Amino acid sequence: MAAWLSSELARRAARRIAGELRRRGPGPWFPSSSTVPVLGPTAGYHRGFCSVRRFAGDTAAATATAEDSDNEFAAGELQQVVDFPGGKLSFVGEMNFVPESQRERIKCYRVLDDDGGIIYSSRFQEVSKELALKMYSSMVTLQIMDTIFYEAQRQGRISFYLTSNGEEAINIASAAALSADDIVLPQYREPGVLLWRGFTLQEFANQLFGNKMDYGKGRQMPIHYGSNRLNYFTVSSPIATQLPQAVGAAYSLKMDKKDACAITYFGDGGTSEGDFHAALNFAAVTEAPVIFFCRNNGWAISTPTTEQFRSDGIVTRGQAYGIRSIRVDGNDTLAVYSAVHAAREMAITEGRPILIEAMTYRVGHHSTSDDSTKYRLADEIEHWRTARDPVSRYRKWVQGNSWWCDAEETELRNSVRQEILQAIQVAERIPKHGLAELFTDVYDQVPSNLREQQRSLLDTINKHPSDYPTDVPV
Amino acid sequence: MAMKVLREVGRKRSGAAWIGGSRGFADCAAAAMGVAERREGGGGTKAVNLFTAVNQALHIALDTDPRSYVFGEDVGFGGVFRCTTGLADRFGKNRVFNTPLCEQGIAGFAIGLAAMGNRAIAEIQFADYIFPAFDQLVNEAAKFRYRSGNEFNCGGLTIRSPYGAVGHGGHYHSQSPEAFFCHVPGLKVVIPRSPREAKGLLLASIRDPNPVIFFEPKWLYRLSVEEVPEGDYMLPLSQAEVIRKGSDITLIGWGAQLAVLEQACEDAAKDGISCELIDLRTLIPWDKETVEASVSKTGKLLISHEAPITGGFGAEIAASIAERCFLRLEAPVARVCGLDTPFPLVYEPFYMPTKNKILDAIKATVNY
Repeated sequence: MAAWLSSELARRAARRIAGELRRRGPGPWFPSSSTVPVLGPTAGYHRGFCSVRRFAGDTAAATATAEDSDNEFAAGELQQVVDFPGGKLSFVGEMNFVPESQRERIKCYRVLDDDGGIIYSSRFQEVSKELALKMYSSMVTLQIMDTIFYEAQRQGRISFYLTSNGEEAINIASAAALSADDIVLPQYREPGVLLWRGFTLQEFANQLFGNKMDYGKGRQMPIHYGSNRLNYFTVSSPIATQLPQAVGAAYSLKMDKKDACAITYFGDGGTSEGDFHAALNFAAVTEAPVIFFCRNNGWAISTPTTEQFRSDGIVTRGQAYGIRSIRVDGNDTLAVYSAVHAAREMAITEGRPILIEAMTYRVGHHSTSDDSTKYRLADEIEHWRTARDPVSRYRKWVQGNSWWCDAEETELRNSVRQEILQAIQVAERIPKHGLAELFTDVYDQVPSNLREQQRSLLDTINKHPSDYPTDVPV
Repeated sequence: MAMKVLREVGRKRSGAAWIGGSRGFADCAAAAMGVAERREGGGGTKAVNLFTAVNQALHIALDTDPRSYVFGEDVGFGGVFRCTTGLADRFGKNRVFNTPLCEQGIAGFAIGLAAMGNRAIAEIQFADYIFPAFDQLVNEAAKFRYRSGNEFNCGGLTIRSPYGAVGHGGHYHSQSPEAFFCHVPGLKVVIPRSPREAKGLLLASIRDPNPVIFFEPKWLYRLSVEEVPEGDYMLPLSQAEVIRKGSDITLIGWGAQLAVLEQACEDAAKDGISCELIDLRTLIPWDKETVEASVSKTGKLLISHEAPITGGFGAEIAASIAERCFLRLEAPVARVCGLDTPFPLVYEPFYMPTKNKILDAIKATVNY
């Protein structure tokens, strides 16, 4: 269907041009390198999966502009064509450089206004009361989780933490728009996605304490969560490495004809990495059902976006790779939910990648190792923490629907707080993994060099027990 | 002048490969038969070159596992070294396909594909170009299982890449970067010396539940020809192989260097020196026991590789064997390797660890 539509458009255009040429006959303007200008797809276009979607769109969105393209041809601007590898091009006599940016910045899709009211004329995906409340309570849980775990780090009970403050809507609403079969390849500021999928507060605490119940066996720093059960790939620290992996995962889903996509998250800073370019290009070419979700929160540790790139953010990059893209207000729960919902549908049914740029602000420090007041104004942070808070904005909408009241709010916050404090107490008491786990999982089986090193280490521990922590059973 | 020298070197190499193929590696054939119980399938054998053996392995890998994929730059039409010939036609362009020209993308994509339970067999067109993929291989592939506590793994990943000198490759078509990857727990590094080895080791690498970097000696793609079983078989990883028995000195190498070492063995024999020759085959995790047993017997060790000597994998072997065999060693461990220069074009004959360099080192070590 897709192939038919685009080639039909091309044929129509070709007929138009051929007719034009017949009327005029070859003149001095006729490019010698051009023979009969047939724009239909050549055999070369049909190789493998990277076939049909070149420049001509094939969906409702693209079809809407088909008339415009036809008019362009009709207006005579494409009278002179020449074929290069990759397709026919029209000539132009004027030496026009493509401008570095559009006159107007790409607009930001929004559903809720600052007061939590639905913006008149906005289109969005309906959410039921039940879903709306689950989203709200998850956002609150994430908020409280961040507050308490952050404090636990400050008290020295865990070694490190990193909050998602200000990005609760991105975390929860994007997760809510996905299905449990969709594969998540996170960066590290998306624990809410895992929370939404059913990772318990106890499971979070176990990872932070690196205890015996931590699936990662205490090998990685806090916040490097992962869960096979919940299709959430384990977090790794290097920036943007998960992006090309998400394309490979998505390609696998497509080959298996699954009703699922992959989604990968990253920040504005991550888009400067080579892996970002690699991933978008691979995804476009392999037509992989993957959602690239950029959290543009303005800051890569201390580097503002003005020092990160000169493009109009991230959304504009999509087109250069042939990827459909949208910019969305990341602090608008309903907008994020609707955008991801639509993106997922397109990714799976049309077999294509989608890029989402969610505009937001990192309200917390980069991590517990950072003091962001050293490089940005406290007033700015405070403004985003209060006036632009996505959780309270969404709450206004929920309460405006009479789905929620202050008493329920108090009860929710109290119970979540208790649950997290309890989880911390439990996690602290669970012992660490034994020393043997230091050597497993490097390979599927422990090779001889590691067995030898394990024996040697045990000897050393027996000789110098005071050199080693006592909470790791030997 | 330079061309003449290169042709000369090419002829020497060519001869080495043929000798290795026709006679020297006959011993290894016998040894390989020793692991016949590990093999599956049957059928006869056929004399083929190394790229054809690789091609056969890829055909078998794709045929025996529907969840296997072959991709990389230019693999669709058969690859610049013809290793992927016929695969796309037979298995379709969804399973065998060209990728954009981007090594980090190839590696990252392959890791994601492998992590979903597939066998991702990716080609990096030259080992010289693997470095953009270094982060993906070192920080991602190697640690995928460990960092997740075995929640996830990318064990189905195999990276194939032609490596080493070829007579005219200069800086960027000649390098031997194996040592970089031998420093990375979680990866396996495998290098075959001949067509039969290439097929069996590649199939074992593809089916091994760990990420494997498989370097193919591109000089031997066409030059090395030997009888290769036509069926499906695997050769074990992490098992070195004694391909020539001897009593005076142990020589260790891998890949194309085995052919040069074999020549040195022949010449040393004329001087009455009996060399034991070992193909390490898997560089990590490597088979210390086989090497130790041999050095315990001969009391002398020489290691030879094309990569620069400083920080090369030979240094690791030398240190390990010095540790294990100190009292049985009768001479310092000798290393005959590439020079500590970038791989030079017209100076290639000077750079290389050639037969006579090895022969001199054998004599010096034996007469120490």
